[in-house]
Amino acid sequence: MRPALRVFFVGGLLSYRALFNWLTPWILVPTFLIAPLFQILLFAYIGRSAHLESDKFYVVGNALQYTSLPCLFAMANMLGDERWSQTLGILLSSPASRLALFLGRSLPVVLNGALVGAFGFVAGSLLLHVHVPLSAVAPLALVIVVTAVSCTGLGLVNGAIGLRVRESAVSSNIVFGLLLVICGVNVPLHELPGWLETVGRGLPLTHGIEAARGLADGASLSTVGGLVATEAFIGLVWGVVGCVALRLLETESRRRATLETA
Amino acid sequence: MTILRILWAGFTMNIRQVVRSSLFVFTSVIEPLIMASIAFYTAKAGGRPEALFYLAIGAGIMGMWSTTLFASGGVVSWQRWQGTLELLVASPPSMLPIIAPQTLSNACVGLYSMTATLVFGRVLFHIPLHLAHPIAFAFAVPVAIIAMGLLGLVIGASFVLYREANALSNMLEFPIALVTGILFSTSVLPGWTKPIGWILAPTWAVRVVRESALGGDPLLPFAMCLALGAAYVVLAMWLLQVVERAARQKATLSLA
Repeated sequence: MRPALRVFFVGGLLSYRALFNWLTPWILVPTFLIAPLFQILLFAYIGRSAHLESDKFYVVGNALQYTSLPCLFAMANMLGDERWSQTLGILLSSPASRLALFLGRSLPVVLNGALVGAFGFVAGSLLLHVHVPLSAVAPLALVIVVTAVSCTGLGLVNGAIGLRVRESAVSSNIVFGLLLVICGVNVPLHELPGWLETVGRGLPLTHGIEAARGLADGASLSTVGGLVATEAFIGLVWGVVGCVALRLLETESRRRATLETA
Repeated sequence: MTILRILWAGFTMNIRQVVRSSLFVFTSVIEPLIMASIAFYTAKAGGRPEALFYLAIGAGIMGMWSTTLFASGGVVSWQRWQGTLELLVASPPSMLPIIAPQTLSNACVGLYSMTATLVFGRVLFHIPLHLAHPIAFAFAVPVAIIAMGLLGLVIGASFVLYREANALSNMLEFPIALVTGILFSTSVLPGWTKPIGWILAPTWAVRVVRESALGGDPLLPFAMCLALGAAYVVLAMWLLQVVERAARQKATLSLA
């Protein structure tokens, strides 16, 4: 049990630190603090220009959507970086518990995603003078954390793709962009074609955003409890799919000797 | 003659490199489609279907801008990663004819974005692609490319000193799209942001293309693209001298 816990906590933390090149932690600022703010502002102004939705709609949607950035990129990059530093083979030939290995790498990412979402929410609200009831703050924090967990589930699937695709940044960017379009971030779900709405409802973020918008409009946690539970369930399903895919693709990569080349 | 050869070699070599990068394909083709989809659905939901062509042009220019920014931010970093930056700096020609064709070719690759977005809009959203001034449009697009490519030159030059230039270039994508009104009218922005937009090429690039395509007077934005392009070249020459000397003095060219 102890080795698994060490792999979970210490391995996860080391892998997370390595993602940001250790020596230059300042790159966190433009990536996680400035970029989400300008995404919120850009879409809020597009919305104002189109007279579609309120600023609150865009602040909630984009702040929550940005929780997915670390969840998607970090989960894919953790494998890509191991390959880059030629430690992927060593890592996967070790007898360490795969569950502890990959879930341990998820934990700092969940925290990162939640912090990015919370920062975007607070800073975006302040910049655009969006008012949120004080009673909604704690439930909103819960929704942000659940959404970050859910997005990390999808990130695990993206990480598995990283075992087969060399430029995992492309898949991360594509998934990040798709979430922007079909999860009701900037366009109300009912305005999308039916099939796109259905796809969106099967992805992380959609229910989390709906719940957060309800809370920001004054609904209680019990009212949006079903949405939060659905978000968590969808994240769990994606997480299980991700873990299974990682295991299967690892076996496949070893069988075909394509671990280092993808 | 030598300068022309350097310019041409830099231009073609860079195009060959970037069109083989899947990340670049994402930036120049898929990302504009994502932006276009959001813009189209927003316009339709907001009851403004007449704005679709306006937005399609904006999304295309946004793609051009993203491509230019991403690639120009990476120009110096990629040379650094490949270990060729020191060789380029030490070579007899100045850095300007070495970097300029690369940023210009990056902007040219952005033509993919414009084409992909217009085709996407036509096929999926049935946008009528009627050009009000086809001849002006034929001149407007290259002028827009040159202006944005030369802004990329300034960005590339200023990033010589930073190792993590791509983090900076990623960060600049939306702020510049915001103040230049690529995807919406700048009339909804606070007044103080307008002078910032005036000195940025995408403001005039999107205007010259829009006014050629939708009708209007493209002369002022056309002249502004050329004037800003010339100003960017002067600024880049100065910047390159300063940052190159600073990097060599501090011995940080390869490490930044």
